Amino acid sequence: MNTVKPAYVRPLDLSKGHVDLGFGAGGRAMAQLISELFMRAFANDFLARGDDGAVLPAPAAGERLVMATDAHVVSPLSYPGGDIGSLSVHGTVNDLAVMGARPLYLAASFILEEGYALAELARIVDSMAAAARAAGVAVVTGDTKVVEQGKGDGVFITTTGVGALPAGRDPGGARARSGDVVLLSGRIGDHGMAIMAQRESLAFDSEIVSDSAPIHGLVEALYAAVPAEAIRVLRDPTRGGLATTLNEIATQSGVGMELDEVAIPVSPQVHAACELLGLDPLYVANEGKLVVLCAPEHAGAALAALRAHPLGAEAARIGCATADPQHFVQLRTALGGRRMVDWIAGEQLPRIC
Amino acid sequence: MCLAIPARIVELLDGDQCRVELGGVRKEISLALVDGAAVGDYVIVHVGYALTKLDAEEAAQTLALIAEAGIAPEAGR
Amino acid sequence: MKYVDEFRDGTLAAGLARAIAREADRGRDYAFMEFCGGHTHAISRYGVSDLLPANVRMIHGPGCPVCVLPIGRVDMAIRLALARPEVILCTYGDCLRVPASDGLSLLKAKARGADVRMVYSAADALALAAREPAREVVFFAIGFETTTPPTALVLREAAARGLANFSVICNHVLTPPAITAILDSPAAGELGTLHLDGFIGPAHVSTLIGSRPYEAFAARYRKPVVIAGFEPLDVMQAIRMLVRQVNTGRAEVENEFTRAVVRDGNPKAQAIVSEVLELRDEFEWRGLGVLARSALRIRPAFAPWDAEAKFGLDYRPVPDHRACECGAILRGVKKPADCKLFGTVCTPETPMGSCMVSSEGACAAHYNYGRFRDLPAVAADKPVTQAQESA
Repeated sequence: MNTVKPAYVRPLDLSKGHVDLGFGAGGRAMAQLISELFMRAFANDFLARGDDGAVLPAPAAGERLVMATDAHVVSPLSYPGGDIGSLSVHGTVNDLAVMGARPLYLAASFILEEGYALAELARIVDSMAAAARAAGVAVVTGDTKVVEQGKGDGVFITTTGVGALPAGRDPGGARARSGDVVLLSGRIGDHGMAIMAQRESLAFDSEIVSDSAPIHGLVEALYAAVPAEAIRVLRDPTRGGLATTLNEIATQSGVGMELDEVAIPVSPQVHAACELLGLDPLYVANEGKLVVLCAPEHAGAALAALRAHPLGAEAARIGCATADPQHFVQLRTALGGRRMVDWIAGEQLPRIC
Repeated sequence: MCLAIPARIVELLDGDQCRVELGGVRKEISLALVDGAAVGDYVIVHVGYALTKLDAEEAAQTLALIAEAGIAPEAGR
Repeated sequence: MKYVDEFRDGTLAAGLARAIAREADRGRDYAFMEFCGGHTHAISRYGVSDLLPANVRMIHGPGCPVCVLPIGRVDMAIRLALARPEVILCTYGDCLRVPASDGLSLLKAKARGADVRMVYSAADALALAAREPAREVVFFAIGFETTTPPTALVLREAAARGLANFSVICNHVLTPPAITAILDSPAAGELGTLHLDGFIGPAHVSTLIGSRPYEAFAARYRKPVVIAGFEPLDVMQAIRMLVRQVNTGRAEVENEFTRAVVRDGNPKAQAIVSEVLELRDEFEWRGLGVLARSALRIRPAFAPWDAEAKFGLDYRPVPDHRACECGAILRGVKKPADCKLFGTVCTPETPMGSCMVSSEGACAAHYNYGRFRDLPAVAADKPVTQAQESA
């Protein structure tokens, strides 16, 4: 390349160009895509080396490594409150965070569909870079492949993250005990309904915005406020909603749960949109919420710590774990009756009945 | 068996359509099954159609009947 | 949300619970059937049974259009969608996962290459046909009287616009014949095994048909009917009104849902329906058998938009599993837990019969919301811990 005059190398047409199969072929086109799009956006020393991998510093003494991975296939690619780019950062950062780890590095793998507009891709990559900067993580290595038109959905992104877990922290889905308090960091259902509003045929107008956000700050606030052993379980309720997450924990820990419907925060618009479509907010996806199972004697301090953080302003105590051999998650309804919050069969669908 | 929800008409549109609002959410639906609906009226919405207008006075009366149920009729029962 | 939240208020519910307990005669049992699946869902989802005295029991009725839809009708739609790639099969979300023959459902047919799409409204299916002139859009229409007028409207509009690439598979069914089937069943009559003191009439069906059609039941079978609104307080108030009728030996039609139901219903909607649809001589109802004059078909004048005629679709009945107790459950004679298949072979993921197929069927509602009551109570009687005070 250094024998060619600089003027002969035309930069990518990021405003009008499209992905073609050459971008995944490993040649100059791909090198250009990487340098002009990805490296420019993610801008760090790791990527600047231009090597096949990133050499990461060893963790501090006493700390262990945590790794997590997430594939993102969301459709539509863009929605109020975010896009697949920011989502791919938040998803993996949050998986690391609920392990108790400090998220540090991300690897990002892109599968691009032939014909996808480079302008759209640039927007997504910029959004991803902004999300990574805001979360304090670096995208240190990556990969790009291109598939034929019709075999992708514009873009799929897989992120793998590495974080450092300080000594003493050991949250786990199997650690909940009867009597533990269930805390929730804020309103449920925003992400799923923001996406649902974009679906042709279901479309409705609202100000619902995805809650997609990195929650590791909330986790750090918790660990600063209460002893590490008091934090039994940390989870982020994504697909399948709060109900699925709580059922998972109940099964893993061998406990039941009792929830108070009135205590579970739901925004009026999410509530209304769910009523319109016949959906239950408990099963609607979130992308920026934290569920905590906490030892009861520290629950007050834990809740206060969540509420003091900007992402946890509406944090609430929503119930507790119980000694139930059936591991049922039960709910005291707003009416004062009782019902189960069961596993859901597949994806929750709007209904007419 | 029929999921339907009351919503307020906020705008009348062309050809029997209107926009309704419910808890801050707005949707375009059809008024083809209902006569004489105006902006401000509440209608019951099912699968994108208004089925009937909601009578505000009757709603208030029903609530009053329900509330009165909570008052014990005579002491010592 | 106005006209919704007020009718879910917990304090008012407690007041109604006390009133019902006061007024129910401790010396007898009361058994009421809520006909409508939406009411079944509301009762289960809010735990209304917990607020009723032990001697007032709710029986779940067959008013769930997905539950009573025969497998053979779903097979018809699946066969069409798989056989003809030009067809776009549009359906409400409720039908997508109903298991049909050969291990298929509409959703699974989609995975096999059929173009099956979920719509929120019949109007969306019509709009799709207008947008895709090269494709054949077929709308799989289900529902009781509430959901029928929208189907009639889109058929009328398709005809007016001459939209040749739109048609409907009509599965609409009627409420009064189903109530008759319950009241005429041997269990209700000579066997006397069905203890049924009255009905809670459907909310939204009644906005369309009015309260008048129920007067025949009250008179002929001497059973009170109270039409109830959709919210849990409506249902509880209706139960209170039924208890009063039973206590005073009355069998009348009363209307709790006066904010939306009048005696004659919605004549405009009724006229639109009669213009486009007519009664079938008979129709098979899953769990209830073949009922005469209980369902609707598209009138000959609209034949070009009748998918059954247009594509020469044939109906092949498919029997349910022999051990399936849905028939008895739909008629109120048995409870979900009485069925050997319940919770073992038959679950919402693998439904064997109609009562499990839709989330408002008696078995699905019990499984999803209430099966914890079948098992020894663990924490069920403890109050939910101080979630209100220390938060």
